[in-house]
Amino acid sequence: MSLVTRQLPKLLLQTSQVTASRNIHSSIANSNAAKADSSEREGTRIKCTLIPGDGVGPELVASVASLFKNTGIPVDFENYFFSEVNPTLSTNLEDVASSIERNRVCLKGILASPDFGYLGELQTLNMKLRNALDLYANVVHVKSLPGVKRRHENIDCVIIREQTEGEYSALEHESVKGVVECLKIVTAKKSQRIAKFAFDYAIKNKRKKVTAVHKANIMKLGDGLFLRSCEEMAKLYPTIEFEKMIVDNCTMQMVSNPQQFDVMVTPNLYGNIVDNLASGLVGGAGVVAGASYSANCVVFEPGARHTFSEAVGKNVANPTAMMLCAAKLLNHVNLPQYGQMIRDAVNKVLLDGKVRTKDLGGQASTQEYTFAVIANCKQPQIQQKK
Amino acid sequence: MTPVGKGHRSLNLALRKEFNLYANVRPCRSLEGFKTLYDQVDVVTIRENTEGEYSGIEHEIVDGVVQSIKLITEEASRRVAEFAFQYTIENNRRKVTAVHKANIMRMSDGLFLRCCREMAHKYKEVKFEEKYLDTVCLNMVQDPNQYDVLVMPNLYGDILSDMCAGLVGGLGLTPSGNIGLNGALFESVHGTAPDIAGQDKANPTALLLSAVMMLRYMQLNRYGDLIEKACFDTIKEAKYLTGDLGGKAKCSEFTNEICSKVAAAS
Repeated sequence: MSLVTRQLPKLLLQTSQVTASRNIHSSIANSNAAKADSSEREGTRIKCTLIPGDGVGPELVASVASLFKNTGIPVDFENYFFSEVNPTLSTNLEDVASSIERNRVCLKGILASPDFGYLGELQTLNMKLRNALDLYANVVHVKSLPGVKRRHENIDCVIIREQTEGEYSALEHESVKGVVECLKIVTAKKSQRIAKFAFDYAIKNKRKKVTAVHKANIMKLGDGLFLRSCEEMAKLYPTIEFEKMIVDNCTMQMVSNPQQFDVMVTPNLYGNIVDNLASGLVGGAGVVAGASYSANCVVFEPGARHTFSEAVGKNVANPTAMMLCAAKLLNHVNLPQYGQMIRDAVNKVLLDGKVRTKDLGGQASTQEYTFAVIANCKQPQIQQKK
Repeated sequence: MTPVGKGHRSLNLALRKEFNLYANVRPCRSLEGFKTLYDQVDVVTIRENTEGEYSGIEHEIVDGVVQSIKLITEEASRRVAEFAFQYTIENNRRKVTAVHKANIMRMSDGLFLRCCREMAHKYKEVKFEEKYLDTVCLNMVQDPNQYDVLVMPNLYGDILSDMCAGLVGGLGLTPSGNIGLNGALFESVHGTAPDIAGQDKANPTALLLSAVMMLRYMQLNRYGDLIEKACFDTIKEAKYLTGDLGGKAKCSEFTNEICSKVAAAS
């Protein structure tokens, strides 16, 4: 039996037609479910909303789709074209939001936010989606990649960012001509919520320290409230070390000694800054995965949000971030073997160092890299009950 | 030092307001002889210093809901943009990058950006580009050489200038100047380091280089160049380095070495 399961994936790789591979796959799954009595997910397929996004997003998503198809991962995508820079072609927000609410998971590329609203709106589509689903916590795990040499090594930090209020409240007005006021809103409720999320995350993932990033020396009320909420929450988690750091010092520490950070909890804008900074340290926007959580659903998207629009159609973008997002997604929907399979394959390809995209100093195309990852995927053994 | 989370507005802010110090200039340059992970960094951050997120207007609307107001005015934005372009020309630099987040804060950062564009139109000989704050953060740690002069609103400037200082070895090495309508103020921006006060251990480089900036501002370039060279040479020779640079020298020994170099050269 084990021999058969080992051989089957190869067969799967060779089948070119989608339908054929799907049929074969479901039949394996069924037979295994009957014989091996593994988890009840076997034989059922997961539905996932897919938003390719702008820029190179569609290319990256195609790369992930081909990875899923060729390795027989039982996930079906519900594809929505969703874009702010292309408003006439975009699906409307309600449809996308209800699909995500229904499926509870979504894989998303990056949406470009233009500098002006087409109807004079201040809210970007990204903000609208986050607010519609209440995706309050953005989690980006920045970790040095095997075989990818950068200035700093052994970086392993998690940035947890509140992303429904703060600077991104889109409340602005011109009081008199030439004078604009932009409101930053901080509430106790949302600050406590994100603080609790961060400490819970630290406990669940066996982390040791939570660092609150703030600017409360200047914004005494606003950031003061955020900081106080974190301090109060810290008291409830005595096993987790708590420290606070002013955001400018934090960025300076980040570029000189990034290894000191563990879990960081930040208000909206500072999170955006630290996310990008940390991503830059380990290899750029093409290699860091992230996820946005609400109480009910999760949207998986790259950690540093850049559309890389200058590379559209050039087949040069790095799909690693998107693949790692997909791996996170698989973990989340209780298919951890497949998640691990993708992660192992990506690590193997990076460690070998033969096939690399331009951003990591190689010459491989998006497609070549994708094929290399697929070729290195080892089908998970389905565990048998003894 | 500004106390965190309570009390009145900081004295730093009061000074800035009083003298209308609208532009904060922070050159960050890699020092020969003190190796960091980043080579050949040479960027100047110019930060709007009077308004933005640091306007100090905040209130609690209802219990548990605070609004902080970021104030952007055309006057201040145009002023700092003009200063950035002039600085670029006077110091023989190539390019001005406006750092903004106008995709999120469309009106306020949009206004700032518009002022920069107008100035770019006026100073056609200077190359001008616009970048999102997050993009600059990402690129700065990967390849700092692509930036030259950066101009930005208050908070972004605060964050980026400290980050750039981090690239070249910390705030102990970077000078800072505040240019205003009613005067100019040059300072070192590192912490007050109360733990080593009175022990003759601190590194005076930042303050010294700030003084050099001041001399240049007063058009006493000859003296400025002299001191700067002596300071750089002392660090390069690495015989008298303070503790933060990995040496064992005292602050006074370091200073004496610079003084003797200045005396020898003049």
